[in-house]
Amino acid sequence: MRSEPARPSPDHHPSPGRFASHPLIEVQALVKRYGTKTAVDGLDLVAGAGVTAVLGPNGAGKTTTVETCEGYRRPDSGTVRVLGLDPVRQSAELRPRIGVMLQSGGVYSGARADEMLRHVARLHAHPLDVDALIERLGLGSCGRTGYRRLSGGQQQRLALAMAVVGRPELVFLDEPTAGLDPQARRATWDLVKDLRADGVSVILTTHYMEEAEQLADDVAIIDGGRVIAQGSPEELCKGGAENTLRFTGRPGLDVGSLLKALPADCTAAELTPGSYRVVGKVDPQLLATVTSWCAQHGVMPDRISVERHTLEDVFLELTGKELRS
Amino acid sequence: MTTATGAYAPKPGAAPLPRMIAAQAALETKMLLRNGEQLLLTVVIPTLLLVLFSSVDIVDTGKGAAVDFLAPGVLALAVMSTAFTGQAIATGFERRYGVLKRLASSPLPRWGLMTAKTASVLVTEVLQVILLTVIAFALGWSPHGSPAAVLLLLVLGTAAFSGLGLLMAGTLKAEATLAAANLVFLLLLVGGGVIVPLEKFGPAAQHVLGLLPISALSDGLRDVLQHGAGMPWGDLGVLAAWGVVGLAAAGKFFRWE
Repeated sequence: MRSEPARPSPDHHPSPGRFASHPLIEVQALVKRYGTKTAVDGLDLVAGAGVTAVLGPNGAGKTTTVETCEGYRRPDSGTVRVLGLDPVRQSAELRPRIGVMLQSGGVYSGARADEMLRHVARLHAHPLDVDALIERLGLGSCGRTGYRRLSGGQQQRLALAMAVVGRPELVFLDEPTAGLDPQARRATWDLVKDLRADGVSVILTTHYMEEAEQLADDVAIIDGGRVIAQGSPEELCKGGAENTLRFTGRPGLDVGSLLKALPADCTAAELTPGSYRVVGKVDPQLLATVTSWCAQHGVMPDRISVERHTLEDVFLELTGKELRS
Repeated sequence: MTTATGAYAPKPGAAPLPRMIAAQAALETKMLLRNGEQLLLTVVIPTLLLVLFSSVDIVDTGKGAAVDFLAPGVLALAVMSTAFTGQAIATGFERRYGVLKRLASSPLPRWGLMTAKTASVLVTEVLQVILLTVIAFALGWSPHGSPAAVLLLLVLGTAAFSGLGLLMAGTLKAEATLAAANLVFLLLLVGGGVIVPLEKFGPAAQHVLGLLPISALSDGLRDVLQHGAGMPWGDLGVLAAWGVVGLAAAGKFFRWE
C-alpha cells in the first residue's frame, strides 16, 4: 500500500528511479509485416512505471506494437519484453499480470455487462470488487442490458473495466476514449489517474493530444512504424521550434528598432500591415521588452498573444500529418 | 479528483485452473441456453421431428414401431446440432466479436477455453438426451443394447462433430459459418439416416452416405438401441477417423481472430 500523497497531475519530472528496476516494456528493433506491408519497421521503445502514451497517426503501427506486447502478434524480428517476459513464449506467466482493453469488442453478444465483468473477475485470484467498479464507471444502469444494446460509450467503459478488474500491474488501453462524449472521457481519465496513483502502470495508444498531455508521464510518437520522438510532454514541447508572440498596432512600425531591443536570437516581422510577429524564446522578460518598446513608440499593442508550443505542434512538425485523418 | 486510495493497487494472479474452466463452461452454457436460434436447433427441431414422425406415418421406417427407428436418429441429430452446428455458429461469432481474442489475453489458457467449450457441449447434450429419452419413452420407445456402446458412440460422435464445427468456425467468416453450418445441418438431417432410412437412396449413394459422421452415429445408435447389437466397431471407426481428421485440421487451421 502506498502512503505517499497523490500526484494530481503528471506535470512533474519523472520521479527518480522510474527506470531504477528494469523497464516494464522493452522493445528492440521490432519488425512486423502483414504480407507486403511493413506495419512496424525497426521500432525501439522503452517504457517505465507510470503512464506512457503512444501517439501516432492512423496506420503508424501503434496497435501492432501494443498487440505484440500483449502477445497477440509474433515479431518478424526484434525482441519484445514485457515485465521482463517474452509475451509469446512466456504468455502463461505474463497474462495474469496484465490487463488488456481492445479497441472494440471482446464481449459475448448475448452477455449482460455485469455478467461479463463478473466472469473476467472470476478468472483472477484477487479481483476488484465488481459492484464498486460498475458503480465507479457508471455502468450500474446497464447491468441487465445485453452487450449489443449498450451505447458505444458503455461498451468502451465495460472494456476498460474488464482490463482493470484483475488488479494487473500493467494495463494496455488501445484508444480508450475514441468516440466518447466529454463526460465519459473525463470519467475514463479519472480512472487512469487513480490507477497511476495506486501504482498501476498504463500503456495507452491515443489519437488525442489532450489525452496524452493530461495523462502521460511519457509520450512516444510513432510514425511509419518507428518511434520518432519520446519524452515527457514538457520535454517534447521544449524540443520543438520556438514560441511565437503576436500583436497588432498601426501599420509601418519600425521593426528594425524593435529587433535592436530584442535578444539576438529573436526575429521580428510585420506579416501583414499592422500585424506583427516575434519569434524566439518567449519569456516574461521578452514580453516586457516588447510592451515597453510599444510604450516608447506610443503604440497600443492590441491582441497581444503568446502561442505556446503544444504537443500538437510538435506532432505536426515531426510527422507532417494531421493526427485525425 | 485523484486520490491514491490503494483500491487499485496491483495484486495480480490467475484463479485456480479448475475454477477458471468451470466458470468458462458455465458462461458458455448459459449463453447457449439463452440464445433462441440455438435452442430452436438443439431442442425444438429434434423434439418436433421425434414427436411428428413417430405419431404420423410420413416416412416408411421399416418394421416395428416408428419411434424405435426414430429415437436413435434423433439422438444422433441432437449431438450434431450441439457439437457441430451450434458450436460452429457460436464460436464463429465469438471470433468475429473479439471474444476469443479478449479471452486469449486473460489468465485462461487456450486449452482451458477448449476444455470449457467441450464441457459446455457435453452438458447441453446430457440435457438433450434426457429430454429426448423421456419423450421417446412417452411415445412407447423400447430400447435395447449396452449403455457403454451408446456412450462411446455419443462421445466419438461429439469429437467428430466438434472438430468439423471448430474447423469451420476458425477458418470461415462468421456469416459464412452461420449459413454453411445450417445448410450442412439440413443436408445431413435428410441424407444421414436420421429420419429417412439410408435404404431409400440408391445402393451407390447409400455407400457414400454411410461414411458421413451423422450416418455412422445414427446407424451405430440404431444397431445398438433398436437391434441390440454389440459394439458397432465399423461405425465407431468411421467416427474416430472423422474425429482425428477434424480435430487435427481444426488445431492446424483455426485462426483466433
